[in-house]
Amino acid sequence: MLILTCPYCGVKAEETELHGGGEAHLTRFGPESSDEAFEGYLFQRENPKGVHFERWRHAQGCGKWFHAARCTVTLEVFGTYSAQTSEPPQNIRDAISAKRPGWTWRSFA
Amino acid sequence: MKRYSTFAIAREALRHHTGWERAWRKATPKKKYDVVIVGAGGHGLATAYYLGKNHGIRNVAILEKGWLGGGNTGRNTTIIRSNYLQDPSAAIYEKARSLYETMSQDLNYNVMFSPRGLLMLAQTHHEVRGYERTAHANALQGVDTQFIGPQKVKELCPIIRLDGPRYPVLGALYQARGGTARHDAVAWGYARACSDMGMDIIQQCEVTGVRSDGGKVRGVSTTLGEIDCDKLGIVVAGHSGVLAEMAGFRLPIESVALQALVSEPIKPAMDVVIMANTVHGYMSQSDKGEMVIGGGTDGYNNYTQRGSFQHIEETVRSLIETFPMLSRLKMLRQWGGIVDVTGDRSPILSKTPLGNCFINCGWGTGGFKAIPGSGWATAEMIAQGEPGPLAAAFGLERFREGRFIDESVAAGVAH
Amino acid sequence: MSTRLATGGRLTDRSKQVKFQFNGQHMRGVAGDTLASALLANGQLMMGRSFKYHRPRGPVASGAEEPNALVNLGKGARFEPNQRATTTELFDGLTASSQNHWPSLQFDIGGINTHLSRVLPAGFYYKMFIHPRPLWKHVYEPFIRRSAGLGAAPDAETVDGDTYEHFYAFTDVLVLGGGVAGLQAALTAASSGAQVLLLEQNAHWGGRTPVDGGEIDGKPAAVWISDTVQALEAMENVTLRLRTMGAGVYDHGYVLGYERLTDHAPETPGPRHRLWRIRAQQIVTATGAIERPLSFAGNDVPGVLLASAVRDYVVNYGVSIGDRTVVVTNNDDAYRTAICLHEHGLTVPAIIDARQNGGGALMAQAEALGIKVLKGRAIAKVKGSRKVTGVAICAQAGEGGVLDVIPCDAVAMSGGWSPVVHLWSHCGGKLTWDDTNVFFRPDLAKAPTSHDGAPFVIPAGAANGHMHLGATLTDATTAGSSAASAAGHQPRSTVLPKAVAEAEAAIMAVWLMPQGATVALRSKAWLDFQNDVKVSDIQLAAQEGYESVEHAKRYTTLGMATDQGKLSNINGLATLSAALGEAIPAVGTTTFRPPYTPISMGSIAGQARGEIFQPVRQTPLHSWHEAHDVNWEPVGQWRRPYSFVRAGETVEQSVHREVTATRDSLGLLDASTLGKIIVKGPDAGKFLDMLYTNMMSTLPVGKCRYGLMCTENGFLMDDGVVARMSDDTWLCHTTTGGAERIHAHMEEWLQTEWWDYKVWCANVTEHYAQIAVVGPNARKLLEKLGGMDVSRETLPFMQWVEGTLGGFPVRIFRISFSGELSYEIAVPASQGLALWSRLHADGAEWNATPYGTEALHIMRAEKGFIMIGDETDGTVIPQDLGLSLAISKKKADYLGKRAHARSHMTDPARWQLVGLETVDGSVLQDGALAVAAGKNLNQQRHTQGRVTSTYHSPTLNKGIAMGLVLNGPDRMGEVLDFTKLDGTTVKATIVSPVFFDPEGEKQNV
Repeated sequence: MLILTCPYCGVKAEETELHGGGEAHLTRFGPESSDEAFEGYLFQRENPKGVHFERWRHAQGCGKWFHAARCTVTLEVFGTYSAQTSEPPQNIRDAISAKRPGWTWRSFA
Repeated sequence: MKRYSTFAIAREALRHHTGWERAWRKATPKKKYDVVIVGAGGHGLATAYYLGKNHGIRNVAILEKGWLGGGNTGRNTTIIRSNYLQDPSAAIYEKARSLYETMSQDLNYNVMFSPRGLLMLAQTHHEVRGYERTAHANALQGVDTQFIGPQKVKELCPIIRLDGPRYPVLGALYQARGGTARHDAVAWGYARACSDMGMDIIQQCEVTGVRSDGGKVRGVSTTLGEIDCDKLGIVVAGHSGVLAEMAGFRLPIESVALQALVSEPIKPAMDVVIMANTVHGYMSQSDKGEMVIGGGTDGYNNYTQRGSFQHIEETVRSLIETFPMLSRLKMLRQWGGIVDVTGDRSPILSKTPLGNCFINCGWGTGGFKAIPGSGWATAEMIAQGEPGPLAAAFGLERFREGRFIDESVAAGVAH
Repeated sequence: MSTRLATGGRLTDRSKQVKFQFNGQHMRGVAGDTLASALLANGQLMMGRSFKYHRPRGPVASGAEEPNALVNLGKGARFEPNQRATTTELFDGLTASSQNHWPSLQFDIGGINTHLSRVLPAGFYYKMFIHPRPLWKHVYEPFIRRSAGLGAAPDAETVDGDTYEHFYAFTDVLVLGGGVAGLQAALTAASSGAQVLLLEQNAHWGGRTPVDGGEIDGKPAAVWISDTVQALEAMENVTLRLRTMGAGVYDHGYVLGYERLTDHAPETPGPRHRLWRIRAQQIVTATGAIERPLSFAGNDVPGVLLASAVRDYVVNYGVSIGDRTVVVTNNDDAYRTAICLHEHGLTVPAIIDARQNGGGALMAQAEALGIKVLKGRAIAKVKGSRKVTGVAICAQAGEGGVLDVIPCDAVAMSGGWSPVVHLWSHCGGKLTWDDTNVFFRPDLAKAPTSHDGAPFVIPAGAANGHMHLGATLTDATTAGSSAASAAGHQPRSTVLPKAVAEAEAAIMAVWLMPQGATVALRSKAWLDFQNDVKVSDIQLAAQEGYESVEHAKRYTTLGMATDQGKLSNINGLATLSAALGEAIPAVGTTTFRPPYTPISMGSIAGQARGEIFQPVRQTPLHSWHEAHDVNWEPVGQWRRPYSFVRAGETVEQSVHREVTATRDSLGLLDASTLGKIIVKGPDAGKFLDMLYTNMMSTLPVGKCRYGLMCTENGFLMDDGVVARMSDDTWLCHTTTGGAERIHAHMEEWLQTEWWDYKVWCANVTEHYAQIAVVGPNARKLLEKLGGMDVSRETLPFMQWVEGTLGGFPVRIFRISFSGELSYEIAVPASQGLALWSRLHADGAEWNATPYGTEALHIMRAEKGFIMIGDETDGTVIPQDLGLSLAISKKKADYLGKRAHARSHMTDPARWQLVGLETVDGSVLQDGALAVAAGKNLNQQRHTQGRVTSTYHSPTLNKGIAMGLVLNGPDRMGEVLDFTKLDGTTVKATIVSPVFFDPEGEKQNV
């Protein structure tokens, strides 16, 4: 039963208030993109055993989407942050590095 | 292999059962195999079994990082059915169901296939129409189902309450030859048969890398050393992404936890298997007497094999509305399994970007019922190098082409 | 024979008699009894039958770990199977019956299985019943099922007579277990000012220390316990609950507590059980330890109990199991039982100690009392079948050669103690094997971790492997202090209580008695009493290659009974490791799963039952419908009128009447459930252009446009009419089920992809009642109400206007889902009922007829309008539905555009929308398929189309249908065969989907 702190309203929200939205920081590919790029955007997923960046919506709360960095094996939460960013902020990356030295996730490290 | 029979039991009883041999040999890896299967769950073992039985390929190793049958094969709710809507699904699940019918005899191992009948309850008008549609499709697919009314539902399942205040029972899609089997026995029976054909089942052997040369697979690196192979089959529910990464490709898969629970055992109260999709619950009574109840999946990536309590709560609450007597039973145990969910929630049986490397994954919440059909189709694909008719529609390329196999056709209630 | 002693019974009040019934027999107990102690006091040692062999079973324990003494409890709406007699508090009028036997507990036909046990070893069913195939389904399996199961099934037609509730709690420190360790941990943690919640599963504080004795701070343990409880009760930051079990520990500090409020007093008003959903920063598991049985032949005969249980019954309830009790042990603790029995005037013929040199100080005490101690000895076999008559003694080191037979009527056994590590393990805490003390204890280096990656569970006392009273208290003090600190509080007092208890000599690991027991003896040495798993079964599993502990468990069913292996797991594991010749830790442990002991399903469901199971959403007109013969249809969480059935009408007749009245004159529809979302802002047009397949930014103010929405994957997800309210504001209508979903969809794209767009969305669905006034006389009715010009010229089709109609502030949309002249009137929700009543009353002269969803469906189908959820199912794209006109060619991008370019979606061979008319005028079946010649490689019949909507049209008086057919629009007039569920087919012609008024003359008036 996860608890994630919503970075917008500051509420420590529990899983029942939240709606998971899958992998974060996907780049949208629209018309004119290649079949491969479009397939990758819609379907290919990191699905790592370990550090994962993901989207959540505080559905039964303030209604805002946000991002979380979480370990899929221990369920440790390294931090939550704004959904209005295309890559994890440095403080989140630092927090992960402190706990999981040498981690990588897609092109991020 | 000594055959199992009532006579053999009686004979062994005379010497306190000291004469039984191992069900499967203890094996150490050879340097090279024709085919290496990664994953000794039901699907992996069945793949190996049909490689030997149907295609004469017996120089096979099945590698398992834990103990065989220890993943989802041993932690599901054991439902077997084939009343699927889309042709490719109906074909492979019906193949599997028909193989379950004779599995005990084929394997000389009683897997306790119990075709006690399966009911998918229709609790909204939308579901009634959906299941009528499925019944039409099943008739043309050679799957024996019928849509039945509420009174017949009550006859088949006397503990049901038809007129619940929220979701009355309006009918059901009934598959008389659907049912359950003993999940562990399926893995053990296949393992025993594979071992008997000379295949090596190597437990406690984790694959740490996939070796290739010129775009073709050469072998695997394991915690027990290097093992070469001509062909590689990856059949590792819950860890498919990890193996795919070793083999150099990615999958349209996310791994999430699925919840299940059992009650304490009671005397027989329900002979059929019930699926109630409106309220996300399914239930059967095991031969031991426990009510085996499956619930929903958590909405986030999770490898912990344990899950949240909220889905248990939702499932139990909903089932009590339709089965009031459950309220006086107790939950004995809850557990979680990790299921691989694909982009269209249908499985993947496919060639991969790596030559001679094949993958079988993405069964989501429906893997157990498919085991023999999945093994049959995967063995055919590995042996011939191309998917056969059962596997053809389940290739990875469908995600690129937009040719999905979507069983969740109830896109939402709308008026 | 078991009986009530003349004195004693720490927990009982002999002045209060309690009447109860067991198997129809009237019995008496005393206040404070458990059902088990009361039955024993009445000489009823046998309480049930085992699962597989139906062997006679008496209690083996005195608490939650009891595997045998399970009963059917209560009657009717309060019946409950599988209740543990050892934890069921006795109350006046209790009725119970024993389980798993026929015809009676004494004479059980199934008992024949025990004589067949030789041919029913572990896993026998995997090897039998294979041939001939039909016999399994029809003979063997039904027999197995009938003889399995334990308690009776509750009656299906009886609704639970009790209520349940949920309770939420947040705390800094949660202490699970109210024994001396839990009390001390709670006291220490509470001294810091932290919020402390202390839960104890039993009805009494102190755990088993009052039975075991010892001194704390110079006082008898029992006095220290009550003093400490008093101190805790006086602290404002401490909450204490008895009869509340820590059931499960979940991620991020979530804990389930299971409080049994009225099980001990069923006439008390209020809920029976309360499920606590607790969030704790730190959890202390002070869950104590459980004694292990010893594995010797006949250890399952009624009258063989755990030594601690024998002591509990004497001390707590003043009940003896027998007059002559042989104690058998591999450790010092069991000597306490011998001494206790002796002190209560009972005979202990011998203490059989497997250790060559016996025990320490406690042995000396026992010997001083004149109790004979046989060292290096073992029980070869228990004599007796339904009750103990004696024990045969042998050397522990031998194979079971009998040295002596000691007559006795009870055996108290102790194989050592195992810390209760369940709650530590639920969320991932690991264990380590302690070779000195012969048990698994928590591996403190591998604790369960929480959201911050830090440990959140701290074991304390016996649960942490500290069995001596002094060590228990020391450890509990540390645990309480650490928990408070980790929760951000500094403990002020860490005063360590001084404890005095006897020192104990080392335990000796004994997993089989005697060590070299023959196969005949091993076949009678039970590991799992309920499921009938014996030492020989585990050995057979190992022999057959079921070497992993999970394999062995599943092959033999060890530990899978209702006690979940509390007594059997360690003994089974040790037996397996011995069979494999491996060390116990190398073989591993099984996973512990919640709950600790079974919890009622009723408590899981909580209050949300019956009418309040799920909320029902009601439109502002709900009460009017209720009062007017409504036939409801659940639509998502909503209730909508399916039709209004008048007296003497069938449902079908009512629907046809509604359609005809509307087409002929005037119909009224409650359309309030349709989703209404306001989209506003400088970039609202740009945003809607991305969201809908067609162009919304160019829609003039005052006009309406039908729009389609696709997922990014290209499939149709919703449709509806969009109205432009002002320069920067649009109102988007969605389907009934779609409002929340589409609003969330909008927010998702706005917040996570196009966050630079200046757009705001608001779901105003429930702010308005919406009423469709439909039919040739619709305009006349609106004109009668007056106040607005709704003429064709002022308010043409697909426009909207705001004004005051008959005194109501309204927006009127000139849109139609029926093909009739139609106005949809939105009015503030609070005035909806008044407007509807007015329309209904004023429309009487035109026979204004309220209609429901089915008439709505028929009229839209007559016009060939698609319905999301019927024509679409998540696999359909707009191009399939002939809706290419609603797909903008001008826009560079919109959700779904790229997806539509994929090869399967541009494939010309897709199934596309057509109308279908049977040749014989009959109604096609829902979901019917159009068959094609031949079969595919999987022997499935080829198909070329399917029915998506099908109705009898009262307007046209024939069956009409819509469907998707391969290249359908190019095949007008072709006749196809459609399936029927009886196996036959029916012929239908492909026609235009617009069956009625194809020119649209009726709606454009």
